[in-house]
Amino acid sequence: MTATATAPPVADTPARAPKRRRPRRTGRLVAEIITVVVAGIVAFPLYWMVLSALKPAGEIQSANPRPWTFSPSFDSFERVLTSAGLGRYFVNSVIVAVVVVALSMLLSFLAAVALTRFRFKGRTVLLVMLLVAQMVPIEALTIPLFFLMRSVGDVAPAFGLNELGSLVLVHLAFTLPFAIWMLRGFVAAVPAELEEAATVDGASRFRFTWQILFPLVAPGLVATSVLSFIHAWNDFLFAKTFIISDTSNQTLPLGILVFFKPEENDWGAIMAGSTLMTIPVLVFFLLVQRKLVSGMAGAVKG
Amino acid sequence: MATQILPVTTPPRGGAARPSRNRGDGRAAAIYLLPAAVLLLAVLAYPIYQLVLISFYDYGQAQAAGRAPLEFVGFGNYTKLLGEAQFWTVLAKTVGFAAVCVIGSLVVGTTLAVLASRVRAVPRMLLFIAALGAWATPALAGSYIWLFLFDTDFGLVNEVLSGLGFESMARHSWTFDTYSAFGLVAAEVIWCSFPFVMITMYAGIKAIPEEVLEAATLDGASWTRIATSVMLPILRPVLMIATIQSIIWDFKVFTQIYVMTNGGGLAGRNLVLNVYAYQEAFAGADYGLGAAIGVVMTLLLLSITTLYVRSQKREAGLI
Repeated sequence: MTATATAPPVADTPARAPKRRRPRRTGRLVAEIITVVVAGIVAFPLYWMVLSALKPAGEIQSANPRPWTFSPSFDSFERVLTSAGLGRYFVNSVIVAVVVVALSMLLSFLAAVALTRFRFKGRTVLLVMLLVAQMVPIEALTIPLFFLMRSVGDVAPAFGLNELGSLVLVHLAFTLPFAIWMLRGFVAAVPAELEEAATVDGASRFRFTWQILFPLVAPGLVATSVLSFIHAWNDFLFAKTFIISDTSNQTLPLGILVFFKPEENDWGAIMAGSTLMTIPVLVFFLLVQRKLVSGMAGAVKG
Repeated sequence: MATQILPVTTPPRGGAARPSRNRGDGRAAAIYLLPAAVLLLAVLAYPIYQLVLISFYDYGQAQAAGRAPLEFVGFGNYTKLLGEAQFWTVLAKTVGFAAVCVIGSLVVGTTLAVLASRVRAVPRMLLFIAALGAWATPALAGSYIWLFLFDTDFGLVNEVLSGLGFESMARHSWTFDTYSAFGLVAAEVIWCSFPFVMITMYAGIKAIPEEVLEAATLDGASWTRIATSVMLPILRPVLMIATIQSIIWDFKVFTQIYVMTNGGGLAGRNLVLNVYAYQEAFAGADYGLGAAIGVVMTLLLLSITTLYVRSQKREAGLI
């Protein structure tokens, strides 16, 4: 029965294939051309940013911009790094982002393990609260957080206003709910049998967490760390609100703002600053690209 | 299971990891959860409580500096806010702007995900690298790049358009008119947020077993039929993650609006709730009113997302 049912399509294939394959092939070629063109359009703003950052001062202020340049120069980069001290702001941004990523990976991993692997009262309530926390518009909390950080400064100066610690605390709190949610799927995907086997072998819960779960969940940690990194690195609002008098603790976004004055923008400097700001994220993304895509897939599949 | 709330946790096929029922689970959980819980309570829960509290007070510069006593005004800030015509305009603009951004990134992201799933590896990789680039671009840098591309005097777009014969575009200001300014910001927001939708949807499409699609093809189903009756139901949970995230993100866009329209546009024509609250609180030194706007915004965002999750929960197999 099965044999006769499957036979016809197999016999048909040679006869049908040439007819069917040609339109499909041209269809795919058209799709591929469209894909490449779209990729070009999507990437163009970034190309334009780097190109404009490399154009000499006279050329960028031209009313007839060219999509290439004959005389690339690093003047704009030099200008932003020396006169505005963007180097210092760059380091500040890196410190905040790296600390936020490291701590958020650690804390969200522990919380995700507890929420998926342990059974205790109030687990469901906690999960719902985490979901709700993701919807809270953090920007709306700028006002109470400003007052909070002002009073924290009296007790723990490193986390008060004008200190990088205040930014770390805020970004950590805002990336955690999403990071925990995302990691839950990865932790849950590790088979229960593995845990049972480890327990039989005499591994403590602590050892199981670090030696078995942690490496298995690595792609998920990478995907969540990317999202935490972007969040901390992108921040403009909290740096603007918290770092008010001690400008040496300012972060990169605020540093670039100096060159932005309506009517007399120094576009070369702005584009150089934007390039400096984009490169670290881009490098990070490309490094973890594979893990990021598979990480998203993992989060989707659960 | 009662804990399945977000589609992220769709149970994997095969043996799902069931929480082990050990004695001492509660204590271990407490230790594992403690650091995150302390932080979330201090820097998220407490400020939410404070936000609501501040919104009930007349809280100005003098009160913030501790020079004047706090005066409880009850719902005073709210009645003042809801009585202002500007609030309703800003609210309408916020919703409209967010809707355009959400729909835009969903449509672009999904279309490109379908496209990516049907081409060979090299063009797909080019598209993914470009999309990752747009995604990686910080909001501030993205805002500046788009502003520069559309600059009145030195922008490439005006140059190209006038070169193509649209002479009137030679020194056109894209940020002057309310709609074109919002449109420009929306274009930037869609540019940097469609990649998330695209990659999630692509992952969802790839997760559809090949046999299911083959079976549908053998049964003689058309492409549109396969898309609507086979792929869409499978993709619904993924689409829901993408939609919820887009709503949450696009409703609270701050940097792009603030930078691209220079603090909300001339006479506040390009304000959204976020920027409005910020301006009232920090520039206008009316923290009480700013907090009230924040509360309204939070409630709005919560209700939109909750309604959406509820309307979809049956199909997506949630809750």
